[in-house]
Amino acid sequence: MSISLAAQINSILAALILLTAFGLLVQRRIYGLLHLFAWQGLFLSISTAVVGFVAEKHHLYISSLITLVLKVIVLPYILHVLIMRLKIHREIETVVNVPITMLIGIALVIFSYSLTSPIRELSTHVTKSTIAVALATVLLGLLMMITRRHAVTQIIGFLSMENGLFFAATSATYGMPLVVELGVGLDILIAAFIFGIFFFHINTAFDSLDVEQMARLKEED
Amino acid sequence: MTATPFTLASASLFIIFSALALVPFLFRNQRALITAVFSLTAISSLLSLIAGIWTVRDGITESYIILLGLPDLPFHMRLDSLSGFFLTVIGALGFIVSIYSIGYVRGFIGQRSVTSLVFFYSLLLAGMFMVVLADDAFFFLISWEVMAASSYFLVMFEDERTENRRAAFLYLAIAHVGAIAILLSFGLMAGFATGFEGFNGYTFDAMRKMDIPPSWAAVAFFLAFFGFAAKAGVMPLHVWLPDADSVAPSNAVALMSGVMLKTAIYGILRVTFDLIRVFPWWWGAVVLVFGLMTAVMGILFAILQQDLKRLLAYSSMENIGIILIGTGMAMVFASFNMTALSALALIAALYHTLNHAMFKGLLFMGAGAVHHATRERGMEGMGGLIHRMPWTSALFLIGSVSISALPPFNGFVSEWLTFQAFLLSPALPSPLLNLLIPLGAAILALTAALAATCFVKAFGVTFLGRWRGDHDTPIHEVDGFMKTGMGLAASMCLFLGVLPTFVIDWMDIVPERFLGGKLAASAGEFGWMWLTPISYTRASYSGPVVLLGIIAIVALAYIILHARGTTIHRGPLWDCGFEKITPRMQYTGTAFSMPIRRIFGFLFNVRERIEVDAEHGQRAFPSRIYYSLKIRDRMWNWLYQPVADASFWVARQAGRLQQGRIQMYLIYPFITIIVLLVLLR
Repeated sequence: MSISLAAQINSILAALILLTAFGLLVQRRIYGLLHLFAWQGLFLSISTAVVGFVAEKHHLYISSLITLVLKVIVLPYILHVLIMRLKIHREIETVVNVPITMLIGIALVIFSYSLTSPIRELSTHVTKSTIAVALATVLLGLLMMITRRHAVTQIIGFLSMENGLFFAATSATYGMPLVVELGVGLDILIAAFIFGIFFFHINTAFDSLDVEQMARLKEED
Repeated sequence: MTATPFTLASASLFIIFSALALVPFLFRNQRALITAVFSLTAISSLLSLIAGIWTVRDGITESYIILLGLPDLPFHMRLDSLSGFFLTVIGALGFIVSIYSIGYVRGFIGQRSVTSLVFFYSLLLAGMFMVVLADDAFFFLISWEVMAASSYFLVMFEDERTENRRAAFLYLAIAHVGAIAILLSFGLMAGFATGFEGFNGYTFDAMRKMDIPPSWAAVAFFLAFFGFAAKAGVMPLHVWLPDADSVAPSNAVALMSGVMLKTAIYGILRVTFDLIRVFPWWWGAVVLVFGLMTAVMGILFAILQQDLKRLLAYSSMENIGIILIGTGMAMVFASFNMTALSALALIAALYHTLNHAMFKGLLFMGAGAVHHATRERGMEGMGGLIHRMPWTSALFLIGSVSISALPPFNGFVSEWLTFQAFLLSPALPSPLLNLLIPLGAAILALTAALAATCFVKAFGVTFLGRWRGDHDTPIHEVDGFMKTGMGLAASMCLFLGVLPTFVIDWMDIVPERFLGGKLAASAGEFGWMWLTPISYTRASYSGPVVLLGIIAIVALAYIILHARGTTIHRGPLWDCGFEKITPRMQYTGTAFSMPIRRIFGFLFNVRERIEVDAEHGQRAFPSRIYYSLKIRDRMWNWLYQPVADASFWVARQAGRLQQGRIQMYLIYPFITIIVLLVLLR
């Protein structure tokens, strides 16, 4: 596989990741979100493997494997169990103002491209064109957390941000050292567990996972 | 290793910290705790006193680096003539008050636990010793905070009363605003000392060598002046002083008012004459104006008070004003290179510092003794104590005479020196100053006269006349420790008043080191008998001669009265034709200060109300008349209320950030990230 072909494949995968990130931003159904998230993990895993092959960084294969196991199988499974337990699988969440959210998302992507243009000129890596996408994915994940009301969707937003970060690491510096990646993977797993337990308890205590309820915690004048 | 003053000073600190370490073992036996800890603080203060006297007498300068503090930022300590002088003042009063405390604090046994009082009293003393010994900004500020925090707990001692909690909070707030200003000032000087590269500018040694542009020097000086003024109770930052001093235990107040305020003076002198050194005349003029304002307003407030300790607290403000007047004059003269006059003004300020520590310590101890014996705070409920507490009355009278600046006691000497600084001042090359100096002399004269009025009231209402309270209140003279403490302070007042030439010779090293001029060459023109600043043709005063004169007149009067051989007998009070005169018909303190209230009332917020309760609605036949008087500080409305309102407004506006919605909280970092990325790309 030649370098240019690898770069082409990598760009396609980056486009797909960006597409799933937009999908996450506007998808109303929770299962839909879960599937999109799993797809994003899959694309990320393949992209990592491709980069690892081209750059001859063999530890990236392990990263790719971890991503595959964790973000395509384990985390969606945990979230699935959570959704079943909490009986929220039928619920369709209202997303505030889809068109405006989309416009902001597009603006963020353009912003990311303009922001990373100096790096693109300096970098010699195959993956230099995808740094902008990685940054955009992080920002879109944050935007998703802002626009969503349901706690579970906020976790998915958070995990999608982490995907973006991981992607940025692979595309900017061919991945982080393996120890760091293992650590981050473990953190994500534990975070998902903790969120799960936490939400389960919140739900049983308050009968709702709507974060709007927290507005009542505000200080009175 | 031979003993040096620094060895003594560190031994003193060591003793005081071991006393603090003793507290956890002794607190179960309160009586033993009081005796042990206060004896140790007395010994420690005595050592510091000796160290201070020794340092100043021999003009020793010693500096050491202490192996404490942060890594690479060790503490520096230095003992020079200025810190030696203040060490003497603190040590002297610390010794006296510690002896007094053994008796005074015992009075609390059975009412409440005195552990916190004993502990924080010792810590306050240690903090003050450390402040004057510190030779870097870091150690100085730590000691400063130790001092502020321990005095906060002393004000809080009787914390079940609302006014104690309120006073303590106010004190802590103002002390910290001041501490921030001092921190900023040291930060500026440390920055210029190293050119804002590196951290080694925090030592005072580096600051002495700093190269600071005049405009930044002014910023640093006024920040420091503001910070120290907040601690010293300079107008308009004085509001905490009367509140805190009137509620804290009297032995603590004697220390706080007597010497803790002086550490602020030490700070001003250290920053001005040691660290910055070169300054324009208008800095001195500003200090002078604040001093004048503080002095005259302080004493006017004092006259209007009915609470004895509150009155004394306001009078401390007046004395701080007088010290600042001396300091300001010293700065003005120093900036025009008039070293002899500058030395005179600085000596006046330092002498008044020492004197005020003695007589204010004495007066607060006296007020404490009165409170201890009568459980009464307001003067209007007292009276006639001279019959029941003759010792306390006599000693309080000595304090009152001293503070009213009457010879032969010490207050006269320092106020007289301050006057000389005004009167001997030649025409200065600034028209504003030539206007300010005569005006200042007039205000100082007014202050001195008002101080005398104030203490006639304080002594007269409290000790003379007849007891105004219940008849069966048991009033007893205080015990030996308290009498010893007050007696020592009173004899110091007399000594400092009668033999000022020795004292001035002793401390002449301070202006010599910091201003390059001395007073002694002129002060001792006729030997130790006569104090002649600058020139004997201008002014001279002899303590011993005045004392002898007074003794001679008193003896003569005594002889004349008794020579006739008739015995003097006391008759009943003249009752102006009334049948039965009651103690309530006496001249009250409020009445005594009425003329002053009428004349200077416009300076205060005076609310006087008379309500008549008439029977059957007929005003011609009143059954009862109520009189109420409220005097408020105008500064509350002018300065503090706007600040308080503004801080509430800011808090409310900042509260809007708290939306309670997680999305909003996520938007804040989101926008921050975007903005930072845009700005720092």
